[in-house]
Amino acid sequence: MKKELMSGNEAVARGAHEAGVRVAAAYPGTPSTEILENLAHYDTVYSEWSPNEKVALDVAIGAAYAGSRAMAVMKHVGLNVAADAFFYASMTGLEAGLVIISADDPNMFSSQNEQDNRNYARFARVPCLEPSDSQEAKDMVGVALDLSEQFDSPVMLRITTRISHSDTIVELGERDFQEPAEPPEYRIDRQKYVMVPGNARRRHPVIEERIRQIKEFAEDFAVNRVEMSGTSLGIITSGVAYQYAREVFPEASFLKLGMTYPLPEQMIRDFANRVDRLIVVEELDPFIEEAVRLMGIPVEGKSIFPLCGELDPTIVRESAVQAGLLAESSSVATSQPEVGYLPARPPLLCPGCPHRGLFVTTNKLNVVVNGDIGCYTLGFLPPLSALHTCGCMGASIGQAHGVSKAGIAQKHVAVIGDSTFFHTGMPALLNVAYNQSDTVVIIVDNRTTAMTGHQQHPGTGSTLMGQPAHAVDFETLARGFGIRHVYTVDPYALDEVEAALRESLDAEGPAVIISRRECALLPEAKRQWVALAVDEDQCNGCGLCFRVGCPAIAKSDRIDERTKRNKAWIDPLLCTGCEVCAQVCVRKAILFRDGVVKREVEVA
Amino acid sequence: MKDMNFLLAGVGGQGTLLASNVLARVGVRAGFDVKKAEVHGMAQRGGSVSSHLRWGQRILSPLIGRQEVDYLVAFEKLEALRYVGMLRPGGTVVMGEMSISPLTVSSGNDVYPADAEVRRIVGDATEDLHLIPSLSLAESAGNVRAHNIVVLGALSNLIQEVRPEVWLDVIAEWVPARFVEVNRRAFESGRAYCGSNDQKPMRSCGVLDQPTETEAS
Repeated sequence: MKKELMSGNEAVARGAHEAGVRVAAAYPGTPSTEILENLAHYDTVYSEWSPNEKVALDVAIGAAYAGSRAMAVMKHVGLNVAADAFFYASMTGLEAGLVIISADDPNMFSSQNEQDNRNYARFARVPCLEPSDSQEAKDMVGVALDLSEQFDSPVMLRITTRISHSDTIVELGERDFQEPAEPPEYRIDRQKYVMVPGNARRRHPVIEERIRQIKEFAEDFAVNRVEMSGTSLGIITSGVAYQYAREVFPEASFLKLGMTYPLPEQMIRDFANRVDRLIVVEELDPFIEEAVRLMGIPVEGKSIFPLCGELDPTIVRESAVQAGLLAESSSVATSQPEVGYLPARPPLLCPGCPHRGLFVTTNKLNVVVNGDIGCYTLGFLPPLSALHTCGCMGASIGQAHGVSKAGIAQKHVAVIGDSTFFHTGMPALLNVAYNQSDTVVIIVDNRTTAMTGHQQHPGTGSTLMGQPAHAVDFETLARGFGIRHVYTVDPYALDEVEAALRESLDAEGPAVIISRRECALLPEAKRQWVALAVDEDQCNGCGLCFRVGCPAIAKSDRIDERTKRNKAWIDPLLCTGCEVCAQVCVRKAILFRDGVVKREVEVA
Repeated sequence: MKDMNFLLAGVGGQGTLLASNVLARVGVRAGFDVKKAEVHGMAQRGGSVSSHLRWGQRILSPLIGRQEVDYLVAFEKLEALRYVGMLRPGGTVVMGEMSISPLTVSSGNDVYPADAEVRRIVGDATEDLHLIPSLSLAESAGNVRAHNIVVLGALSNLIQEVRPEVWLDVIAEWVPARFVEVNRRAFESGRAYCGSNDQKPMRSCGVLDQPTETEAS
């Protein structure tokens, strides 16, 4: 069999292909994004970027109702958006396998909160599988779909950043699926699929009985296994925590749970009886631990290991030493080199980022900005410090509307990205138009889903699988909602942005500004990069250009004789030539693109 | 064979992830179990990027524990300092000569550590350090962007378990066809540089350990 090194995300995509998934839908979100990006390379599976996770899950549910194996993929907070669909899918069951991939983000490498989505599984009575490496991630897609079909239930496959973004060796299989000769027929079953109260009341006992049966099934389910060794310490664990625990406790016995909901109670009791001390090593919530304690079995977990953040071998080891589970001597060596303070590299808006010109202007006009989720969130960082709230996808517009209704005199501005606007911004803008607030909504349209690495969306004119699509026109959309003041500006042209923003702030009623300029990292934008330069004779080191917060502008070694300040210097390797700094400079000391070209001609 | 733990560190855009992909496949090709974990935050460009990479008979955790790194492979000096605390006592540092100023430094609010400071900190952590003039060697090979492959070439000479051909095969698969030749030269120059200087006492080689006039060249 062919073996390959694969990330967990690549492995999930491969697993979907092998297990005969026919339809897959997702909205991009770290750490889950690469699953659909990889799946799009398999022409055996239809895959799409839906506008949000709820739509993606409805799409997958529809495909499973229609008798095809289906998959919906999202990051942990995406399941909050899709929760409504998640619950009704549990109630109705399906005609073919449905797996929901929930990619949780312990430590919040790229997220606003740190929820443990295993709680959703229990909440909705949906079984939850947790792989510990890429091989299991691949295999468990098929296992989940089999389980889904056997018990007529959606199944959650819960991965984490460390599974998604770690590469381990995977043995590949073939696609185990016969395309039906005839197109599938849609089976009608109104009692099962129309969740009006009467039908829903009949279904609830069915899903309670279903989860009881799956619990029984869990006792002999191959993904749960006991690895007996010494009996002084027994460890129940799941996911990547299994790897850390195995490494740190080579002498202990393990109950490795591949399915963490529902739990195999008898298996846990038997395991507990065979060891002197029982602990649970799991990331985030004491999900297994509390269930075991409810069984009346003495167990420790979060009293030893941290509740917040992700685990790693060092944290597991040091927590164990502190709890007396390991000898002091197994602690890591204490002598560390004296490193002292090191300058950090915080995330920042890239050189040439179109959001920069917008935030320079909102700062100039001193407006309070309700922000949203995307690259532009980074506008909150100094020196711009231009964004004042960030909650979840699509929150900006509703917040700004609420602020306005609360009677704050100054108009609030909502800043939301193009993809985020399609995700959950649209209903909020509809609300602004319908319930009439003086909110100014700025759609920062960089023609892509930038933060997650440039995915297509309904405004880009192309789909995940590379098909051409209609590119939604924001201006028409806003006018269709009933917004009368609509402006489209180029954020590289500061005067244009300022004029539109001033007019919007003075206008009666809501306004929408579309700040349109493609992400500077898109290939077509890159082809137009021209590095600007500082005219050192003109620059007096006033520092205005540093305040735009561009990584391409640095302090030069040359000091202005009069001000005794460092002159500015532009890094030609980083500068893209957006000209925002050149417009900010009052002494005209930064050459615009045509000035740079002219100077090059002169030098030549 | 004992497990080998590599920590690769650099700045987004430097080719750290390509290098870690190559190093991971070299391990697979050489018959090891391999695990690799990438650690990076939200920045598209210019952020710290690191990759944990492990070769062995059976690897469990994809992340390496503190002071369990055998080879710290850094493509940028400040990033090397950020991770020296991960090095096991007596571990090896292979470091490229590049320095990339964070925004706080270029805007004058922070100071980039001086070479003497870099030398002191890394020297405190280990005597086994290999400082590679990655930029100039890559430039001679035909493209400065191949500096990451120069560093891998240097590293390859410290790992006797794997023949250089294996490295070159994997590199040829991972870089665009038109850059294969440049990268082969870059790999060879890094390998030769580290090899020739390894004869010195303390197994150290490279720009920071030599007199300052060499440093400037």
